[in-house]
Amino acid sequence: MNDTIARSILVVSLVKVVVLLFLVLTAVAYLVWFERKVAAHIQGRWGPYRVGPHGLLQPLADGVKFLLKEDATPAGVDRFLYFSAPLLTMTLAISAIAMIPFGPASIHIFGIATPLVIANISVGLLAIFAITSVGVYGVALGGWSSNSKYSLLGGLRSSAQMISYELSLTLSVVGILLLAGTFNLSELIMRQDGYTWGHLPKWNLLNPTFPQILGFFCYFVAAIAETNRAPFDLAEAESELVAGYHTEYSSFKFAMFFLGEYASMITVACLASILFLGGWLSPFPQTPGLDWTRYLPAGVLAVAGVALIIHGVRYINVFGRIALPVLGVILGALSFLCSQPGVIDDIQGPFWFLAKVLFVLFVYVWVRWTLPRFRYDQLMRFGWKVLFPVALLNVILTSLAVVMRK
Amino acid sequence: MSGNLAQAYAPLLIHLLVALGLSAILLILSSLIGQHRPTREKMQPYECGITPVGDAREPFDVKFYLVAMVFILFDVEAVFLYPWAYVFRELRWFGFTEMLLYILILLAGYVYLWKKGALDWNPSKTQRDRQT
Repeated sequence: MNDTIARSILVVSLVKVVVLLFLVLTAVAYLVWFERKVAAHIQGRWGPYRVGPHGLLQPLADGVKFLLKEDATPAGVDRFLYFSAPLLTMTLAISAIAMIPFGPASIHIFGIATPLVIANISVGLLAIFAITSVGVYGVALGGWSSNSKYSLLGGLRSSAQMISYELSLTLSVVGILLLAGTFNLSELIMRQDGYTWGHLPKWNLLNPTFPQILGFFCYFVAAIAETNRAPFDLAEAESELVAGYHTEYSSFKFAMFFLGEYASMITVACLASILFLGGWLSPFPQTPGLDWTRYLPAGVLAVAGVALIIHGVRYINVFGRIALPVLGVILGALSFLCSQPGVIDDIQGPFWFLAKVLFVLFVYVWVRWTLPRFRYDQLMRFGWKVLFPVALLNVILTSLAVVMRK
Repeated sequence: MSGNLAQAYAPLLIHLLVALGLSAILLILSSLIGQHRPTREKMQPYECGITPVGDAREPFDVKFYLVAMVFILFDVEAVFLYPWAYVFRELRWFGFTEMLLYILILLAGYVYLWKKGALDWNPSKTQRDRQT
Protein backbone atom coordinates (compact mmCIF):
# COMPACT_ATOMS: atom_id res chain seq x y z
CA MET A 1 0.00 0.00 0.00
CA ASN A 2 2.74 2.42 1.03
CA ASP A 3 4.70 1.44 -2.04
CA THR A 4 1.90 2.26 -4.46
CA ILE A 5 1.38 5.67 -2.85
CA ALA A 6 5.09 6.42 -3.08
CA ARG A 7 5.15 5.29 -6.71
CA SER A 8 2.14 7.41 -7.65
CA ILE A 9 3.68 10.46 -5.98
CA LEU A 10 6.85 9.80 -7.95
CA VAL A 11 4.99 9.51 -11.25
CA VAL A 12 2.87 12.59 -10.58
CA SER A 13 5.87 14.73 -9.68
CA LEU A 14 7.77 13.45 -12.70
CA VAL A 15 4.88 14.51 -14.95
CA LYS A 16 4.73 17.89 -13.23
CA VAL A 17 8.49 18.41 -13.52
CA VAL A 18 8.53 17.60 -17.24
CA VAL A 19 5.53 19.86 -17.94
CA LEU A 20 6.98 22.72 -15.86
CA LEU A 21 10.43 22.46 -17.46
CA PHE A 22 8.84 22.47 -20.92
CA LEU A 23 6.81 25.55 -20.00
CA VAL A 24 9.81 27.29 -18.44
CA LEU A 25 12.04 26.70 -21.45
CA THR A 26 9.29 27.92 -23.79
CA ALA A 27 8.77 30.94 -21.56
CA VAL A 28 12.51 31.63 -21.59
CA ALA A 29 12.61 31.42 -25.38
CA TYR A 30 9.71 33.83 -25.72
CA LEU A 31 11.13 36.10 -23.03
CA VAL A 32 14.10 36.61 -25.35
CA TRP A 33 11.66 37.44 -28.16
CA PHE A 34 9.74 39.75 -25.80
CA GLU A 35 12.90 41.55 -24.74
CA ARG A 36 14.02 42.05 -28.34
CA LYS A 37 10.59 43.39 -29.28
CA VAL A 38 10.40 45.79 -26.30
CA ALA A 39 13.99 46.93 -26.88
CA ALA A 40 13.24 47.53 -30.54
CA HIS A 41 10.14 49.57 -29.81
CA ILE A 42 11.98 51.61 -27.16
CA GLN A 43 14.54 52.45 -29.82
CA GLY A 44 11.95 53.08 -32.56
CA ARG A 45 12.69 49.86 -34.48
CA TRP A 46 10.51 46.86 -35.32
CA GLY A 47 12.61 44.05 -33.86
CA PRO A 48 12.36 40.44 -35.13
CA TYR A 49 9.96 40.37 -38.06
CA ARG A 50 11.22 37.85 -40.63
CA VAL A 51 10.93 34.39 -39.06
CA GLY A 52 7.21 33.79 -38.79
CA PRO A 53 4.59 36.53 -38.30
CA HIS A 54 6.00 39.26 -36.02
CA GLY A 55 9.08 37.10 -35.56
CA LEU A 56 7.11 34.60 -33.47
CA LEU A 57 9.21 31.67 -34.72
CA GLN A 58 12.48 33.48 -34.03
CA PRO A 59 13.17 31.58 -30.75
CA LEU A 60 12.84 28.28 -32.61
CA ALA A 61 15.21 29.44 -35.35
CA ASP A 62 17.70 30.65 -32.75
CA GLY A 63 17.60 27.32 -30.93
CA VAL A 64 18.24 25.31 -34.10
CA LYS A 65 21.04 27.66 -35.09
CA PHE A 66 22.70 27.31 -31.68
CA LEU A 67 22.63 23.52 -32.03
CA LEU A 68 24.10 23.54 -35.55
CA LYS A 69 26.90 26.04 -34.89
CA GLU A 70 30.52 24.94 -34.65
CA ASP A 71 31.28 23.63 -31.17
CA ALA A 72 34.74 25.08 -30.69
CA THR A 73 36.72 24.29 -27.55
CA PRO A 74 39.77 26.53 -27.33
CA ALA A 75 43.17 25.00 -26.61
CA GLY A 76 44.42 25.25 -23.06
CA VAL A 77 41.03 25.21 -21.33
CA ASP A 78 40.42 23.15 -18.22
CA ARG A 79 38.06 20.76 -19.97
CA PHE A 80 36.10 19.47 -16.98
CA LEU A 81 35.43 22.90 -15.51
CA TYR A 82 34.92 24.42 -18.95
CA PHE A 83 32.04 22.04 -19.67
CA SER A 84 30.60 21.93 -16.18
CA ALA A 85 30.21 25.73 -15.92
CA PRO A 86 27.35 26.08 -18.47
CA LEU A 87 25.84 22.81 -17.22
CA LEU A 88 25.78 24.15 -13.65
CA THR A 89 24.42 27.55 -14.69
CA MET A 90 21.51 26.16 -16.67
CA THR A 91 20.63 23.33 -14.27
CA LEU A 92 20.45 25.65 -11.27
CA ALA A 93 18.66 28.42 -13.13
CA ILE A 94 15.83 26.13 -14.23
CA SER A 95 15.70 24.33 -10.85
CA ALA A 96 14.92 27.26 -8.55
CA ILE A 97 11.47 27.52 -10.12
CA ALA A 98 10.48 24.18 -8.53
CA MET A 99 9.55 25.97 -5.29
CA ILE A 100 7.33 28.61 -6.92
CA PRO A 101 3.58 28.09 -6.33
CA PHE A 102 1.58 29.22 -9.36
CA GLY A 103 -1.87 29.23 -7.80
CA PRO A 104 -3.91 28.19 -4.77
CA ALA A 105 -5.99 25.54 -6.56
CA SER A 106 -5.06 21.90 -7.07
CA ILE A 107 -4.89 20.18 -10.43
CA HIS A 108 -5.73 16.54 -11.13
CA ILE A 109 -3.21 14.21 -12.73
CA PHE A 110 -4.32 10.56 -13.07
CA GLY A 111 -7.06 11.31 -10.55
CA ILE A 112 -4.65 12.51 -7.88
CA ALA A 113 -5.14 16.08 -6.68
CA THR A 114 -1.84 17.90 -6.52
CA PRO A 115 -1.05 21.57 -5.87
CA LEU A 116 0.36 23.91 -8.53
CA VAL A 117 3.86 23.66 -7.11
CA ILE A 118 6.51 20.95 -7.44
CA ALA A 119 8.18 21.12 -4.04
CA ASN A 120 5.99 22.73 -1.40
CA ILE A 121 8.65 22.63 1.30
CA SER A 122 8.55 24.55 4.57
CA VAL A 123 11.78 26.43 3.84
CA GLY A 124 10.99 27.25 0.21
CA LEU A 125 12.45 30.74 0.36
CA LEU A 126 15.75 29.51 1.81
CA ALA A 127 15.93 26.73 -0.76
CA ILE A 128 15.50 29.22 -3.62
CA PHE A 129 18.26 31.44 -2.25
CA ALA A 130 20.48 28.39 -1.72
CA ILE A 131 20.04 27.26 -5.32
CA THR A 132 20.43 30.68 -6.91
CA SER A 133 23.51 31.58 -4.89
CA VAL A 134 25.35 28.48 -6.12
CA GLY A 135 24.91 30.02 -9.58
CA VAL A 136 27.94 32.20 -8.93
CA TYR A 137 30.09 29.08 -9.40
CA GLY A 138 29.02 28.83 -13.04
CA VAL A 139 30.29 32.34 -13.66
CA ALA A 140 33.52 31.99 -11.69
CA LEU A 141 34.41 28.55 -13.11
CA GLY A 142 33.49 29.54 -16.67
CA GLY A 143 35.68 32.62 -16.43
CA TRP A 144 38.64 30.86 -14.92
CA SER A 145 38.63 27.69 -17.02
CA SER A 146 38.46 29.46 -20.40
CA ASN A 147 42.16 30.42 -20.40
CA SER A 148 41.36 33.88 -21.75
CA LYS A 149 42.11 37.19 -20.08
CA TYR A 150 38.73 38.65 -20.89
CA SER A 151 36.97 35.63 -19.44
CA LEU A 152 39.03 35.71 -16.27
CA LEU A 153 38.40 39.41 -15.67
CA GLY A 154 34.71 39.06 -16.49
CA GLY A 155 34.33 36.05 -14.21
CA LEU A 156 36.13 37.76 -11.33
CA ARG A 157 34.21 40.99 -11.64
CA SER A 158 30.96 39.18 -11.98
CA SER A 159 31.46 36.90 -8.99
CA ALA A 160 32.52 39.83 -6.79
CA GLN A 161 29.44 41.71 -7.93
CA MET A 162 27.11 38.77 -7.39
CA ILE A 163 28.25 38.06 -3.84
CA SER A 164 28.15 41.76 -2.95
CA TYR A 165 24.58 42.18 -4.08
CA GLU A 166 23.51 38.83 -2.68
CA LEU A 167 24.00 40.35 0.75
CA SER A 168 21.45 43.07 0.11
CA LEU A 169 19.16 40.53 -1.57
CA THR A 170 19.06 38.28 1.51
CA LEU A 171 18.70 41.27 3.86
CA SER A 172 15.89 42.88 1.86
CA VAL A 173 13.71 39.82 2.41
CA VAL A 174 14.12 39.77 6.21
CA GLY A 175 11.45 42.48 6.47
CA ILE A 176 8.95 40.13 4.81
CA LEU A 177 9.89 37.33 7.23
CA LEU A 178 9.36 39.66 10.19
CA LEU A 179 5.87 40.46 8.99
CA ALA A 180 4.88 36.93 7.99
CA GLY A 181 6.94 34.64 10.21
CA THR A 182 7.16 31.78 7.69
CA PHE A 183 9.52 30.54 4.98
CA ASN A 184 6.87 28.65 3.03
CA LEU A 185 6.03 30.54 -0.14
CA SER A 186 2.35 29.52 -0.25
CA GLU A 187 1.87 30.63 3.36
CA LEU A 188 3.71 33.87 2.63
CA ILE A 189 1.06 34.62 0.02
CA MET A 190 -1.84 33.67 2.31
CA ARG A 191 -0.59 36.13 4.95
CA GLN A 192 -1.02 38.95 2.42
CA ASP A 193 -4.73 38.28 1.98
CA GLY A 194 -7.17 41.04 2.95
CA TYR A 195 -7.65 44.73 2.25
CA THR A 196 -6.83 47.90 4.18
CA TRP A 197 -9.79 50.32 4.23
CA GLY A 198 -11.73 47.84 2.14
CA HIS A 199 -9.87 48.42 -1.11
CA LEU A 200 -6.09 48.68 -0.72
CA PRO A 201 -4.68 45.13 -0.88
CA LYS A 202 -2.56 44.06 2.12
CA TRP A 203 0.36 43.02 -0.07
CA ASN A 204 3.72 43.31 1.64
CA LEU A 205 4.53 46.28 -0.56
CA LEU A 206 1.57 48.10 1.06
CA ASN A 207 1.57 46.28 4.39
CA PRO A 208 -0.37 48.29 7.03
CA THR A 209 2.22 47.53 9.74
CA PHE A 210 5.20 48.72 7.75
CA PRO A 211 5.04 49.03 3.94
CA GLN A 212 7.98 47.18 2.40
CA ILE A 213 8.75 49.89 -0.14
CA LEU A 214 12.41 50.14 0.89
CA GLY A 215 12.62 46.36 0.93
CA PHE A 216 11.14 46.11 -2.55
CA PHE A 217 13.57 48.71 -3.89
CA CYS A 218 16.54 46.84 -2.39
CA TYR A 219 15.24 43.48 -3.58
CA PHE A 220 14.69 44.63 -7.14
CA VAL A 221 18.01 46.47 -7.53
CA ALA A 222 19.93 43.60 -5.94
CA ALA A 223 18.10 41.08 -8.09
CA ILE A 224 18.98 42.94 -11.28
CA ALA A 225 22.63 42.94 -10.20
CA GLU A 226 22.41 39.30 -9.11
CA THR A 227 21.24 38.21 -12.56
CA ASN A 228 23.96 40.35 -14.21
CA ARG A 229 21.53 42.51 -16.15
CA ALA A 230 21.97 46.09 -17.28
CA PRO A 231 22.65 48.58 -15.71
CA PHE A 232 24.74 46.09 -13.71
CA ASP A 233 25.93 43.90 -16.62
CA LEU A 234 29.58 44.55 -15.84
CA ALA A 235 30.28 40.87 -16.39
CA GLU A 236 29.79 41.30 -20.10
CA ALA A 237 30.59 44.95 -20.62
CA GLU A 238 31.08 44.62 -24.39
CA SER A 239 33.11 47.79 -24.69
CA GLU A 240 35.84 46.59 -22.34
CA LEU A 241 35.57 42.82 -21.85
CA VAL A 242 34.24 41.54 -25.22
CA ALA A 243 31.65 39.18 -23.66
CA GLY A 244 33.00 38.70 -20.16
CA TYR A 245 33.08 35.22 -18.71
CA HIS A 246 31.49 33.54 -21.75
CA THR A 247 33.85 35.02 -24.36
CA GLU A 248 35.28 31.60 -25.23
CA TYR A 249 31.98 29.72 -25.29
CA SER A 250 30.31 28.89 -28.58
CA SER A 251 27.25 27.06 -29.90
CA PHE A 252 24.90 25.61 -27.28
CA LYS A 253 27.31 26.13 -24.40
CA PHE A 254 26.86 29.85 -24.92
CA ALA A 255 23.11 29.36 -25.27
CA MET A 256 23.06 27.65 -21.88
CA PHE A 257 24.50 30.72 -20.17
CA PHE A 258 21.94 32.74 -22.07
CA LEU A 259 19.04 30.48 -21.07
CA GLY A 260 20.29 30.51 -17.50
CA GLU A 261 20.23 34.30 -17.38
CA TYR A 262 16.67 34.49 -18.64
CA ALA A 263 15.46 31.62 -16.46
CA SER A 264 16.83 33.37 -13.38
CA MET A 265 15.04 36.52 -14.52
CA ILE A 266 11.80 34.56 -14.44
CA THR A 267 12.56 33.16 -10.98
CA VAL A 268 13.37 36.63 -9.64
CA ALA A 269 10.16 38.03 -11.11
CA CYS A 270 8.11 35.16 -9.61
CA LEU A 271 9.72 35.73 -6.23
CA ALA A 272 9.12 39.49 -6.43
CA SER A 273 5.45 38.91 -7.10
CA ILE A 274 5.18 36.35 -4.27
CA LEU A 275 7.07 38.31 -1.65
CA PHE A 276 5.96 41.85 -2.36
CA LEU A 277 3.01 41.85 -4.74
CA GLY A 278 0.69 39.30 -3.17
CA GLY A 279 1.42 36.38 -5.50
CA TRP A 280 -1.79 34.93 -6.88
CA LEU A 281 -4.10 37.23 -4.88
CA SER A 282 -6.40 39.48 -6.89
CA PRO A 283 -5.92 43.24 -6.40
CA PHE A 284 -9.72 43.63 -6.27
CA PRO A 285 -11.78 42.64 -3.20
CA GLN A 286 -14.56 40.20 -4.13
CA THR A 287 -17.40 42.50 -3.03
CA PRO A 288 -20.68 42.60 -5.01
CA GLY A 289 -19.69 45.86 -6.71
CA LEU A 290 -16.39 44.42 -7.97
CA ASP A 291 -17.66 40.94 -8.83
CA TRP A 292 -17.13 41.55 -12.52
CA THR A 293 -13.33 41.37 -12.03
CA ARG A 294 -13.69 37.59 -11.98
CA TYR A 295 -14.29 37.81 -15.71
CA LEU A 296 -11.05 39.75 -16.34
CA PRO A 297 -9.00 36.68 -17.43
CA ALA A 298 -11.63 35.73 -19.98
CA GLY A 299 -11.99 39.36 -21.06
CA VAL A 300 -8.28 39.91 -21.60
CA LEU A 301 -8.00 36.70 -23.62
CA ALA A 302 -11.08 37.60 -25.69
CA VAL A 303 -9.78 41.10 -26.51
CA ALA A 304 -6.36 39.68 -27.44
CA GLY A 305 -7.98 37.00 -29.61
CA VAL A 306 -10.23 39.46 -31.48
CA ALA A 307 -7.33 41.89 -31.98
CA LEU A 308 -5.19 39.06 -33.38
CA ILE A 309 -7.92 37.99 -35.81
CA ILE A 310 -8.58 41.55 -37.04
CA HIS A 311 -4.87 42.29 -37.41
CA GLY A 312 -4.06 38.84 -38.78
CA VAL A 313 -6.35 38.84 -41.82
CA ARG A 314 -4.55 41.96 -43.12
CA TYR A 315 -1.01 40.67 -42.45
CA ILE A 316 1.57 41.18 -45.21
CA ASN A 317 2.21 37.52 -46.06
CA VAL A 318 0.05 34.43 -46.46
CA PHE A 319 1.59 32.51 -43.57
CA GLY A 320 0.76 35.33 -41.18
CA ARG A 321 -2.75 35.67 -42.62
CA ILE A 322 -3.35 32.03 -41.66
CA ALA A 323 -1.30 31.68 -38.45
CA LEU A 324 -2.35 34.85 -36.63
CA PRO A 325 -6.15 34.34 -36.98
CA VAL A 326 -5.74 30.68 -35.94
CA LEU A 327 -3.88 31.90 -32.83
CA GLY A 328 -6.68 34.41 -32.27
CA VAL A 329 -9.32 31.67 -32.47
CA ILE A 330 -7.34 29.57 -29.95
CA LEU A 331 -7.23 32.54 -27.56
CA GLY A 332 -10.98 33.03 -28.09
CA ALA A 333 -11.64 29.38 -27.21
CA LEU A 334 -9.49 29.74 -24.10
CA SER A 335 -11.41 32.86 -23.17
CA PHE A 336 -14.69 30.95 -23.49
CA LEU A 337 -13.24 28.17 -21.34
CA CYS A 338 -12.13 30.69 -18.70
CA SER A 339 -15.66 32.10 -18.35
CA GLN A 340 -17.17 28.68 -17.56
CA PRO A 341 -18.39 28.26 -13.96
CA GLY A 342 -16.16 25.24 -13.24
CA VAL A 343 -12.98 26.91 -14.45
CA ILE A 344 -13.41 30.57 -13.57
CA ASP A 345 -12.41 30.19 -9.91
CA ASP A 346 -9.41 27.99 -10.67
CA ILE A 347 -8.07 30.40 -13.26
CA GLN A 348 -8.04 33.49 -10.99
CA GLY A 349 -4.83 32.54 -9.12
CA PRO A 350 -2.60 31.68 -12.08
CA PHE A 351 -3.96 34.66 -14.04
CA TRP A 352 -3.07 37.27 -11.43
CA PHE A 353 0.22 35.56 -10.67
CA LEU A 354 1.29 35.54 -14.31
CA ALA A 355 0.06 39.10 -14.80
CA LYS A 356 2.29 40.31 -11.94
CA VAL A 357 5.26 38.27 -13.15
CA LEU A 358 4.84 39.68 -16.65
CA PHE A 359 4.71 43.20 -15.26
CA VAL A 360 7.93 42.70 -13.25
CA LEU A 361 9.62 41.20 -16.32
CA PHE A 362 8.54 44.19 -18.40
CA VAL A 363 10.08 46.58 -15.83
CA TYR A 364 13.24 44.47 -15.95
CA VAL A 365 13.52 44.86 -19.72
CA TRP A 366 12.48 48.50 -19.55
CA VAL A 367 15.27 49.27 -17.05
CA ARG A 368 17.83 47.49 -19.20
CA TRP A 369 17.10 49.53 -22.29
CA THR A 370 16.74 52.84 -20.48
CA LEU A 371 19.70 53.16 -18.09
CA PRO A 372 23.40 53.28 -19.04
CA ARG A 373 25.84 50.83 -17.47
CA PHE A 374 27.54 51.61 -14.14
CA ARG A 375 31.29 51.89 -13.86
CA TYR A 376 32.77 49.09 -11.74
CA ASP A 377 33.81 51.25 -8.79
CA GLN A 378 30.39 52.94 -8.85
CA LEU A 379 28.74 49.54 -8.81
CA MET A 380 30.67 48.29 -5.81
CA ARG A 381 30.28 51.58 -3.96
CA PHE A 382 26.53 51.54 -4.55
CA GLY A 383 26.21 47.93 -3.43
CA TRP A 384 28.21 48.27 -0.24
CA LYS A 385 27.64 51.88 0.79
CA VAL A 386 24.03 52.48 -0.24
CA LEU A 387 22.12 49.27 -0.76
CA PHE A 388 23.50 47.37 2.25
CA PRO A 389 22.79 50.12 4.86
CA VAL A 390 19.35 50.75 3.36
CA ALA A 391 18.46 47.06 3.54
CA LEU A 392 19.66 46.92 7.15
CA LEU A 393 17.67 50.05 7.99
CA ASN A 394 14.60 48.40 6.53
CA VAL A 395 15.12 45.39 8.81
CA ILE A 396 15.44 47.57 11.92
CA LEU A 397 12.46 49.79 11.06
CA THR A 398 10.25 46.81 10.22
CA SER A 399 11.12 44.99 13.44
CA LEU A 400 10.43 48.18 15.41
CA ALA A 401 7.04 48.57 13.72
CA VAL A 402 6.15 44.92 14.40
CA VAL A 403 7.12 45.23 18.08
CA MET A 404 5.21 48.49 18.55
CA ARG A 405 2.07 47.13 16.96
CA LYS A 406 1.75 44.05 19.13
CA MET B 1 7.86 12.91 10.04
CA SER B 2 10.62 11.41 7.90
CA GLY B 3 7.99 10.17 5.48
CA ASN B 4 6.58 13.69 5.16
CA LEU B 5 10.04 15.11 4.67
CA ALA B 6 10.76 12.64 1.90
CA GLN B 7 7.39 13.44 0.33
CA ALA B 8 8.19 17.16 0.35
CA TYR B 9 11.76 16.93 -0.90
CA ALA B 10 11.56 14.01 -3.37
CA PRO B 11 9.92 16.20 -6.06
CA LEU B 12 12.72 18.75 -5.67
CA LEU B 13 15.31 16.03 -6.13
CA ILE B 14 13.47 14.74 -9.20
CA HIS B 15 13.34 18.26 -10.60
CA LEU B 16 17.09 18.75 -10.08
CA LEU B 17 17.88 15.41 -11.75
CA VAL B 18 15.61 16.06 -14.74
CA ALA B 19 17.06 19.56 -15.15
CA LEU B 20 20.60 18.19 -15.00
CA GLY B 21 19.74 15.47 -17.51
CA LEU B 22 18.15 17.96 -19.88
CA SER B 23 21.15 20.28 -19.73
CA ALA B 24 23.56 17.38 -20.26
CA ILE B 25 21.55 16.10 -23.25
CA LEU B 26 21.58 19.55 -24.85
CA LEU B 27 25.35 19.86 -24.26
CA ILE B 28 26.06 16.44 -25.80
CA LEU B 29 23.61 17.01 -28.66
CA SER B 30 25.26 20.26 -29.69
CA SER B 31 28.72 18.72 -29.70
CA LEU B 32 27.40 15.80 -31.80
CA ILE B 33 25.40 17.84 -34.33
CA GLY B 34 27.66 20.87 -34.57
CA GLN B 35 30.48 20.88 -37.10
CA HIS B 36 34.10 20.61 -36.01
CA ARG B 37 36.74 22.24 -38.21
CA PRO B 38 39.47 23.22 -35.76
CA THR B 39 42.44 25.23 -36.95
CA ARG B 40 45.35 26.35 -34.84
CA GLU B 41 44.32 30.01 -35.01
CA LYS B 42 40.71 29.28 -34.19
CA MET B 43 41.63 27.38 -31.05
CA GLN B 44 43.63 30.25 -29.62
CA PRO B 45 41.98 32.24 -26.86
CA TYR B 46 40.46 35.46 -28.15
CA GLU B 47 42.60 38.52 -27.74
CA CYS B 48 41.28 41.03 -30.27
CA GLY B 49 42.72 39.07 -33.19
CA ILE B 50 46.39 39.32 -32.25
CA THR B 51 48.49 36.41 -30.95
CA PRO B 52 47.83 35.96 -27.22
CA VAL B 53 50.49 37.43 -24.98
CA GLY B 54 51.53 35.52 -21.87
CA ASP B 55 49.37 33.32 -19.70
CA ALA B 56 45.73 34.14 -18.98
CA ARG B 57 45.92 32.95 -15.39
CA GLU B 58 47.82 35.92 -14.11
CA PRO B 59 47.72 37.25 -10.57
CA PHE B 60 44.81 39.60 -10.07
CA ASP B 61 43.85 42.39 -7.72
CA VAL B 62 43.70 41.39 -4.06
CA LYS B 63 40.50 43.46 -3.79
CA PHE B 64 38.47 40.54 -5.12
CA TYR B 65 39.74 38.35 -2.30
CA LEU B 66 38.91 41.06 0.21
CA VAL B 67 35.35 41.35 -1.09
CA ALA B 68 34.89 37.60 -0.70
CA MET B 69 36.10 37.79 2.90
CA VAL B 70 33.87 40.73 3.81
CA PHE B 71 30.97 38.99 2.11
CA ILE B 72 31.35 35.92 4.28
CA LEU B 73 31.35 38.07 7.43
CA PHE B 74 28.19 39.92 6.57
CA ASP B 75 26.42 36.98 4.97
CA VAL B 76 26.73 35.10 8.23
CA GLU B 77 25.01 38.08 9.82
CA ALA B 78 22.20 37.85 7.29
CA VAL B 79 21.89 34.12 7.96
CA PHE B 80 21.54 34.82 11.69
CA LEU B 81 18.79 37.33 10.95
CA TYR B 82 16.67 34.65 9.25
CA PRO B 83 15.84 32.44 12.26
CA TRP B 84 15.53 35.60 14.38
CA ALA B 85 12.90 36.96 11.99
CA TYR B 86 11.11 33.60 12.07
CA VAL B 87 10.55 33.66 15.87
CA PHE B 88 10.46 37.43 16.24
CA ARG B 89 6.75 37.60 17.09
CA GLU B 90 7.31 35.55 20.26
CA LEU B 91 10.50 37.32 21.35
CA ARG B 92 9.04 40.85 21.12
CA TRP B 93 11.14 43.57 22.85
CA PHE B 94 13.73 41.07 24.09
CA GLY B 95 14.42 39.90 20.55
CA PHE B 96 14.45 43.44 19.26
CA THR B 97 17.06 44.74 21.73
CA GLU B 98 19.19 41.61 21.37
CA MET B 99 19.29 41.91 17.62
CA LEU B 100 19.84 45.68 17.77
CA LEU B 101 22.96 45.06 19.90
CA TYR B 102 24.14 42.40 17.45
CA ILE B 103 23.61 44.68 14.46
CA LEU B 104 25.37 47.57 16.22
CA ILE B 105 28.44 45.42 16.88
CA LEU B 106 28.53 44.43 13.23
CA LEU B 107 27.98 48.02 12.16
CA ALA B 108 31.13 48.96 14.09
CA GLY B 109 33.02 46.53 11.88
CA TYR B 110 31.29 47.94 8.83
CA VAL B 111 32.32 51.52 9.75
CA TYR B 112 35.88 50.29 10.30
CA LEU B 113 35.93 48.69 6.83
CA TRP B 114 34.51 51.87 5.32
CA LYS B 115 37.16 54.07 7.00
CA LYS B 116 39.93 51.65 6.03
CA GLY B 117 38.85 51.99 2.40
CA ALA B 118 38.08 48.29 1.95
CA LEU B 119 34.87 49.23 0.15
CA ASP B 120 36.54 51.69 -2.26
CA TRP B 121 37.44 50.47 -5.71
CA ASN B 122 39.13 53.48 -7.19
CA PRO B 123 42.61 54.00 -5.69
CA SER B 124 42.56 56.23 -2.62
CA LYS B 125 44.41 59.55 -2.57
CA THR B 126 47.49 58.17 -0.80
CA GLN B 127 47.75 55.29 -3.29
CA ARG B 128 47.55 57.71 -6.20
CA ASP B 129 50.25 59.88 -4.68
CA ARG B 130 52.49 56.86 -4.24
CA GLN B 131 52.05 55.87 -7.88
CA THR B 132 53.08 59.28 -9.27
